[in-house]
Amino acid sequence: MSARLELSGLAKDFGRTRVLAGIDLTVEPGEMLVIVGASGCGKSTLLRLVAGLEAGGAGRVLLDGRDITGLDPAARDMAMVFQNYALYPHMSVFDNMAYGLRIRGLSRAELQARVAATAELLGLSALLDRKPRQLSGGQRQRVAMGRAIVREPRLFLFDEPLSNLDATLRLAMRVEIRRLQKRLGTTSLYVTHDQTEAMTLGDRLLVMHEGKPVQLAPPLEVYHRPANTYVAGFIGAPPMNFLPATLAGDGSAACLEGGHVLAFADGRRAGGEGRALTLGIRPEHVEVVAEGLPLTVDLAEPLGAETILIGRLPDGRLLSVRVPGEMPVPERLHVRLPARHLHVFDAASGLRLEPI
Amino acid sequence: MSTGRVLTHLVLALGVLLFLFPVWLVFAASTQEAAAISRGELSLLPRLEGLAIYPQVLAGTGEGAQHGAVWRMLGVSFAMALGIAAGKLVVSLLAAYAVAFFRFPLRMAGFWLIFLTLMLPVEVRIIPTFEVVADFGLINTFGGLVLPLVASATATLLYRQTFLLLPDELVEAARMDGAGPLRFLRDMAIPLSAPNTAALFVILFVYGWNQYLWPLIAVTDPGLQTIMVGIVRMIGIEGQTYWNRVMATAMLAMVPPVLVVLAMQRWFVKGLSEGGA
Amino acid sequence: MSERRTVFPGTALPVLLLAPQLLLTAVFFLWPAFGALTASVQRSDPFGISTTFVGLENFADLLADPLYLAAVWRTLVFCAAVSLLSMGAALLLALCADGVVRGRVFYRTALIWPYAVAPVVSAAVWLLMLHPQIGWLTPALEALGIAWNYRLDDTQAMLLVILASAWKQVSYNFIFFLAGLQAIPANVVEAARMDGAGPVRRFATILFPLLAPTIGFLLTVNIAYSAFETFGTIEALTQGGPGQATQTLMVKVYRDGVVNLDLGASSAQSVVLMAGTMGLILLQARLMRRRGDAS
Repeated sequence: MSARLELSGLAKDFGRTRVLAGIDLTVEPGEMLVIVGASGCGKSTLLRLVAGLEAGGAGRVLLDGRDITGLDPAARDMAMVFQNYALYPHMSVFDNMAYGLRIRGLSRAELQARVAATAELLGLSALLDRKPRQLSGGQRQRVAMGRAIVREPRLFLFDEPLSNLDATLRLAMRVEIRRLQKRLGTTSLYVTHDQTEAMTLGDRLLVMHEGKPVQLAPPLEVYHRPANTYVAGFIGAPPMNFLPATLAGDGSAACLEGGHVLAFADGRRAGGEGRALTLGIRPEHVEVVAEGLPLTVDLAEPLGAETILIGRLPDGRLLSVRVPGEMPVPERLHVRLPARHLHVFDAASGLRLEPI
Repeated sequence: MSTGRVLTHLVLALGVLLFLFPVWLVFAASTQEAAAISRGELSLLPRLEGLAIYPQVLAGTGEGAQHGAVWRMLGVSFAMALGIAAGKLVVSLLAAYAVAFFRFPLRMAGFWLIFLTLMLPVEVRIIPTFEVVADFGLINTFGGLVLPLVASATATLLYRQTFLLLPDELVEAARMDGAGPLRFLRDMAIPLSAPNTAALFVILFVYGWNQYLWPLIAVTDPGLQTIMVGIVRMIGIEGQTYWNRVMATAMLAMVPPVLVVLAMQRWFVKGLSEGGA
Repeated sequence: MSERRTVFPGTALPVLLLAPQLLLTAVFFLWPAFGALTASVQRSDPFGISTTFVGLENFADLLADPLYLAAVWRTLVFCAAVSLLSMGAALLLALCADGVVRGRVFYRTALIWPYAVAPVVSAAVWLLMLHPQIGWLTPALEALGIAWNYRLDDTQAMLLVILASAWKQVSYNFIFFLAGLQAIPANVVEAARMDGAGPVRRFATILFPLLAPTIGFLLTVNIAYSAFETFGTIEALTQGGPGQATQTLMVKVYRDGVVNLDLGASSAQSVVLMAGTMGLILLQARLMRRRGDAS
């Protein structure tokens, strides 16, 4: 049932703008791969090229080794869940789910059995006679899922399926999608701009930026070892702090603009003394200490379980700090940037610098 | 009630009366004796026994019946209106579907040709159209009555507009489900434009039913005479007019289109004002 | 012109779907129009044996013909009067109907059904009201000292055909005005109310400008209606008479072409009419686009 999806050199231009540049990617059978990026990064175009809905791209799409690049969407045996659900407004829930099966010529009995089973799975059994306009947003979302699942396709394509739901419902559906996908074991491509969704749903993430793939890795690796400053800033909330610095000594430390020197925990970086760097540290990794870098607190955001402090370093740079629980907010405090949590990037290219 | 509101209702009541009263007068006149009307003795009260004029007019019997049976004219008008409406709906729906859902060479050229030329009312091109229809030997045929009126751009425009408003995702969902263009036409485009079709049906039926000039010149065979041509012939210019028969026929001519409008009022008003047909 | 993002592939199918419409266009428009154009630059001898190319002579004759020019002027007056009368009445009724709550559905239905009335039936209705012998209103007019006989009096005849034509068109305009009024957001009117504007000022400064696209659109539709569709009304009421007092261009085309069989002259007239209508259509297309932008 599960299929392996391979993309090679997938690219697409709209007029003179390159919206998608040379994507090479293999999605393993049963894997859920999340494509994440800001709007306009080409993630939807990528999905539509895989679906066959977008014509005129370059490159090849292979499903279980078979080249399906020129094939009509109908012939690809994929199912898609759309952002606005795209339910057929004049058809009942049952007919919405049964439509694809009817076209494939399933027998009446088999068709009814499959729709009934899928409805059961999604808790839609009582709603089968309703029209889409009689359903709530969450129910519509389920029908859209059901329409994809009932087909038993070789590949699921999700195009921001949760972004029209309110926050509570989104959380619940996120859990459910993950559960269903694991249970069905269907290879899936999931497009989203929401980094939380990406982190929690994906076996692997593909972070895209301006039509190019930036990083392909499991969620925690993306979190711990972001490939460049873009990924570092995009994944994680509140976003990572960036501080300009220069390489100091033999390359085993960095010197902040204010003169504060931070030693690396994991070894030397290439390039001579004075190489321009961007140092990154996540707010949750900044430690509040009795004595260290002084921080003038501008703003505190109490969230209950944690408090986000936003302050300024002596050189005027902003730094946000995430501390657990509630705390009385002092005007000034001292922080420490632990060496093992420092991310080192080249200032010019933004690329991560690994130890040599 | 404020004076403003009283005034509002007064104006509306006058407006309603402006349309209902003349029709009542037509009905009252239809039940009176022809001679009485001709003498200028028009009563506002209908004569019950005068209702017998209706079966007479329908069957084309009784005094002053030289213009033929009205049931036949009603039949011709009905068939013509239905033919025009159905023909226009089918032709326009297919053309609009082609223009909205495909990309092919000269697509927009074809569309603009249809738009520009067919907005011209048949009256403007009446003489040249007559010659062409005559060349085809379609004078005095039902086809000749209907076909030149089937070509119209309004319905094509309205359908195209409706199709353009169908969300792209809907088309994509259907394509992923395996629907080809003809299947999508049958399962999605036609059912989803049903309100539009209903509105257009009313507009086109009324249009067809009310035609006068084209049936007047395209048909001389009394068997293919429409009710509108019949009424004008019955009024005549000189000689005696049987006013009760004229008015009874006018009443009968009003009933089918008014019924269609009333029955489908909601769709019709929405479709008409949104499409600007 | 907006376009769809998703389309189906293929060329043969759409061409096939478009074919009936194109065929009808070719046969019943392009061909006749071409025929009219050809005939309008030719002249045939009285026996129809030979035709000669005469260039724009037919058009020159037309423009030199005082009867034709009088018909042009008459048509303009007729169109303006019918449009103003029916649009004015419809706007007044729509303004009232937009405000009422009680009897809303009744008023609407009672003002919409006359859409279905045929031009010929409208003529029959007005004959019954204003015929010199049988007219229900005629005695009242005579009591007022008006010698009412449109069969003799040019002005009265014109008044009659204007009344009968405008009467039938009020419903159509009413539907559009009501839709236009309902498309105006309530809070715009409420804001004007808060600013202290009375009903007249609200109409003049808020409603009328916002209705301008609807008015523009209806104006073109009403002109086209008065010019062409009123043929049945006029033919049934006055046949263009007395004399030529109610002979609009459309009636004249019919008289010259069908009744008097002067095909050269009527072809030139048809060409002029077609050109005029084209202009009106292009104007309407522009107005419709603006109407689309406004909503």
